[in-house]
Parts: sequence; C-alpha cells; structure tokens
Amino acid sequence: MNHLYICMFLMFLTTYLIRVIPIGFVRKKMENLWIQDFIYYIPFCVLSAMTFPDVLYSTTATGVEPHISVSAVIATAVAIIMSWRRRGLVAVALVAVLVAIIVELALPVLF
Amino acid sequence: MNEFVRGIKRGFPICLGYIPVSFTFGLIAVKMGFTPAQATLISLTNMASAGQFAGIRLIEGGAPYIELVITTFVINLRYFLMSLSLSQKVNPEMPFYKRAIMAYCITDEVFALASMEPEDVTFPFFGGLMLTPILGWTSGTLLGAIASNLLSPMMQGCMGIALYCMFIAIIIPPARKSRKVALAVVVAAALSCIFKYVPGINVLSTVGGGGWSIITAAILGAAICASIKEVKRRRKAALAAERSAQ
Repeated sequence: MNHLYICMFLMFLTTYLIRVIPIGFVRKKMENLWIQDFIYYIPFCVLSAMTFPDVLYSTTATGVEPHISVSAVIATAVAIIMSWRRRGLVAVALVAVLVAIIVELALPVLF
Repeated sequence: MNEFVRGIKRGFPICLGYIPVSFTFGLIAVKMGFTPAQATLISLTNMASAGQFAGIRLIEGGAPYIELVITTFVINLRYFLMSLSLSQKVNPEMPFYKRAIMAYCITDEVFALASMEPEDVTFPFFGGLMLTPILGWTSGTLLGAIASNLLSPMMQGCMGIALYCMFIAIIIPPARKSRKVALAVVVAAALSCIFKYVPGINVLSTVGGGGWSIITAAILGAAICASIKEVKRRRKAALAAERSAQ
C-alpha cells in the first residue's frame, strides 16, 4: 500500500521538477538569435515527433500494438484534412474518434 | 481579470479534448488494479498523458523505483524544453511562486496554445488557460475509472486517437501559414519515423517508452531548422555588407 503511494509520489516529483526548473530559474531573455529560433521551433517539433508515426498505432486497445491500424490511418487523414481547413481542436479530435469507430465496425463487415 | 477570462476561453477546447484521453487512462488504471481515487490522484498530480500511461504500466509490473523515475524522466523530458521555451515568453520580473504554479500545468496542449500567443504570456492568462484542462483531465479520469465496464475494448482503443488528432489540429494551421513551421513539422516527423523504423537507430524508440525518440527528434529538428535560418541570415548580412562596401 505504502509502496504504491511512494511510486505515485516519485512520478509526481520527477514530472514536476522537469517542469519547474527551466521556467522557475531562467530569467534572462536569450539574446542569441540561433537559440531564439531553436526555441521557436521546439513546440512544433515536439508535437510533430510525438504524433508521427505513433498516431498510426493509436486506435488499438493498448496503443502499443505492433501493427499500424487501418482505422488510425483513415482517421489521421481525416484529421489532417480538417486541420488544414482550420477546424477547431475538439471538432478534429471528435470526428477522428468517430471515423476510427466507424472504420473498426465496417471492416469486419466488408472483409 | 480580462486576461483570466480570455485564458479560460482559450483553454476550454483543451478541457473537452482531455476528457476522452483521461477517460481512457481511468479505464486502464482500474483494469490494472488501481482504485478510481488513486487513478484520479495520479492524474491530478501528474497532468501528463504518456508519462502516466507508462507509469501505471511499470507500477503494475512491479518495476523498481529507479526504473519508474528514469522512465518518467525520459518520457516527460520534453516538458523541460517547453518550460524553457515558456521562460522566454513571461516577464523576467515574474516572481518564483507564480512560475511554480504555471510549471504544474505545462502540458503539451496548454503549452502549445500559450506559445501561439503573439505577446508575452501573463500569469492571469495562463491561470485561466490551465484551469479547465485540469478539471477535464481529473474528472475524465474519474469518469473512465467508474465507467470502466461500459465501453467495449474497440471503442476504448478508438478514443486513443483523440490526443494525437488534437496535436495535428494544433500544428497544421500554423504550418499552412508559414513555410518555416511546415518544414519544422515535416523534419521532426521524418526524424521520429527514422528513429522508429531504421534498424540500429530504433533502440531510441524501444528504450524508455519512446521518450528518447521524441526528445532527439525534436531537438535535432529544431536545431536543423534554426541552423537553416542562421545560414540564410548570414548570407543576407554578407550581401548587405557587400552592397554597402560598393
């Protein structure tokens, strides 16, 4: 029982320290233009690297199956098209989930 | 006050998007033997999707403390970059306690919206921004934990894509507007795929739950794009110097 709460506390502590150290202690505005550009690109690069290629595996029950799933590929394509047309976050996410469910239901019927 | 309300309005879509994802987390945690209260407490104290999923998997598997800490560290290391980036977007005079509160909710989505702000991020704005996502993340976990037997495994699986599609919806519109951003998105995605599929290099994605792969792809991608811009800047400066010499 105690073991579990120690584990939970360690998760919290590790995660929080990572987050608080930079913003808590870096007060100087960085002058170097390369560093400014680097920091400008970081959010786009982090989100993109997190999304691809993992999104293609994301509709399986555990999210870590070894195979790319058809429903995820189709739902991702729909999400990219909707985002290109500047639809909001929630609309994109909800439609993608619905598309994935529909494809999962339709596949066994079709093949 | 105005900034606070604006933050809430900006953050609310994140709250809605978090519900299906944290719902899934609640489902899985209960299946692994956590109580709904414990699952919710993990969500409240971590506010970290991938890190939490990996963490409960390790706890359930009886991993030693050090493995739990290292895996959490690697998967969440990207928050270090985000926090560093945000440190450049707040007033240098902002006191530590405000920074410490903001740090708690530097999640992928909250960070993404904060960094898209054209001006410096204020404390009231960020406070409003983080408020509803925290509520959505914790209440979604609780709902999922309670409702764990109502959804089929197929539907649970499909909800997993919601998180990624939010990322897509965050990065595609600015990529459409700016070729530099589009390049960054493509380079980082390509690197991430290389780290997953190219034999030999793919240890990056198999060790530490994928955290190393994301961090390396993001740092390399941003470094490449920043260097391309640096080269262009120098060339421009050299041209200007040449012109003024004539």
